[in-house]
Amino acid sequence: MNSMLELRNVTMQFGGVVAVNDFSMHIEEGEIVALIGPNGAGKTTAFNCITGVYEPTNGEILYRGRTIAVNHPRGRMKRIYGGLHGDMYASRRVLNPTPDEITRLGIARTFQNIRLFRSMTVYENVLTAMHLRARQNALSAVFRISWKEEQRMREDTERLLKEQDLYQYRDEKATSLPYGKQRRLEIARALATEPELLLLDEPAAGMNPQETKELSAFIREIKERYSLSVFMIEHHMDLVMDISDRIYVLDFGSPIAEGSPAEIQRNQRVIDAYLGVSEDV
Amino acid sequence: MDSAYRKRLIAIWIGIAAVYLAVLLLDMTLRPTSMLLTVLKKGAIYSLVAVSMNLLNGFTGLFSLGQAGFMLIGAYTYAILTMPGDVKTSESVYKYYECFITFDTGVFIGLVAAGLMAALFAFLIGWPVLRLKSDYLAIATLGFAEIIRAIFQWDVLGPVTNGANLLRSYIDLTRVTLPFTDIPFPPTLFVFMVSGICILIIVLLINSSYGRAFKAIRDDETAAEAMGINLFRSKELSFVISSFFAGISGALLAMFQYTVQAQQFKSMMTYEILLIVVIGGIGSISGSCIASFLYITLSEWWLRGLDMGTFLGISAPSLFRSGFRKLVFSVIIMVIVLFFSRGIMGDKELSIPRMRAAFARAAKRMRKEAAG
Repeated sequence: MNSMLELRNVTMQFGGVVAVNDFSMHIEEGEIVALIGPNGAGKTTAFNCITGVYEPTNGEILYRGRTIAVNHPRGRMKRIYGGLHGDMYASRRVLNPTPDEITRLGIARTFQNIRLFRSMTVYENVLTAMHLRARQNALSAVFRISWKEEQRMREDTERLLKEQDLYQYRDEKATSLPYGKQRRLEIARALATEPELLLLDEPAAGMNPQETKELSAFIREIKERYSLSVFMIEHHMDLVMDISDRIYVLDFGSPIAEGSPAEIQRNQRVIDAYLGVSEDV
Repeated sequence: MDSAYRKRLIAIWIGIAAVYLAVLLLDMTLRPTSMLLTVLKKGAIYSLVAVSMNLLNGFTGLFSLGQAGFMLIGAYTYAILTMPGDVKTSESVYKYYECFITFDTGVFIGLVAAGLMAALFAFLIGWPVLRLKSDYLAIATLGFAEIIRAIFQWDVLGPVTNGANLLRSYIDLTRVTLPFTDIPFPPTLFVFMVSGICILIIVLLINSSYGRAFKAIRDDETAAEAMGINLFRSKELSFVISSFFAGISGALLAMFQYTVQAQQFKSMMTYEILLIVVIGGIGSISGSCIASFLYITLSEWWLRGLDMGTFLGISAPSLFRSGFRKLVFSVIIMVIVLFFSRGIMGDKELSIPRMRAAFARAAKRMRKEAAG
């Protein structure tokens, strides 16, 4: 049985900086996995490697047992890289998928700094994301031959907005929504691509404790409703410890721990690097 | 579809029908050489090319300056295809070359072929060029447009393009007939119909799923890509479609002018079109149409006196000389760019509720002024 997503020795190097160093991990079907670590630890870089924004310098990424990205043997980075497992993947065929192909496979993501389509309404934002699963071509779209599909897309969008409690904002500009709702909308937009694995990049950033609590219930709910697996980067430890099945910890690009929330909270290296000691202990 | 929406749609169609009827009436009553008809024809042609440029620059966010090149391809394709075979084989047009293409086609095939040829060139050029962003893309497309112009004037291609010499005797606007008859088609109406259909197709495209993908790319490339929109394929599609319609408008321009020569499709022409798009509002179809009629009316008609010696009844031949019009125009452009940088329409479309609201605002202001 293959893991849903598997990273093997993934390394991402920018010139002399190793942003992610020899990171291996896996996510199983139906899990909520969190990636934590101090600022600049390489969490978002790891995300970007998975979603095809970056091409990993070394290592391999598999989705449902299928390789979706391996290192670049003829790349410039490769020659600089001399770290662990340096030539392990050197002879592999280059796979360099673009982010849209990754999304097509069923991995959708949100962004750390919200990236909604500025000129569009809430409704159009979600409707645009439905384009991926549409079967129409440009001609049938222009001449409205595929109007039935268009109608179905619109109905799906309305349903999704209702499910996400965003229906009352339907015709408002996406960027005029309150911050928490914008995050919700970004998740709704990601869900419109019909993903199996959802990557959330700091979904609780900028939220107050109350909203954070709601968010953890919300993530559980969408996970059940759309039978998703969730992989998220988060700084709110309450949220992480509450909903994660497993946690990975990165520090300066290197993985320092892996385990259940309870294990992570006890791990001395994690406490030293990131969690710190609570003041009232 | 609610009834208010349907009502508005009917109102729009009635409005469009009224415009076409008015054009037909003008076509029947005015002399064919009258200034109004000339302006209407050229305005409609420029509307089409401005809208096609807006599709690229305003809706997909690709700053491309290749429009004149694609118009040239369209104009030449149309002229060469519809020129009667016996004209081509005689020496009246192809004086220095043996014409290579000896067959000729009708207007419809000529127009479609003009679009397709421009689209084909766009497809090939887009492959390398669309990987560039913003200003770099503008420079590259501008360069390609110039290269196209040079190639069409190239001596070696003379048997096809007649070198740097002009093409004429093809089916121009006065020689278009109603299908299957010899009755001449009202020329202004013809231009309006072709432009209108093309613009309608562009509007349908923009309001389709593909149009939304284009707008998504304009708003945020990274997010669009993460939502599964293939950047390169979408940009290429937008570029090809835009060029297709630029090609058709080039063909219409050729029909309008009676003669066509590669020399006239300079980068200046692209700037003219860009100006129309900016004045109309980047991202507004109706803005582009309004601006192109406005621009053509000003430059061809109302400001013509500035070049001819008499303007607004003032006769000053020493000041109002050839070239003065351009000077005045530049000042107008500067004022527009400085004070109305969002153009006439911004990124909004002309609509009845919006017009009503604007009138209400204006009336309120006037009442206030009258009271105060």
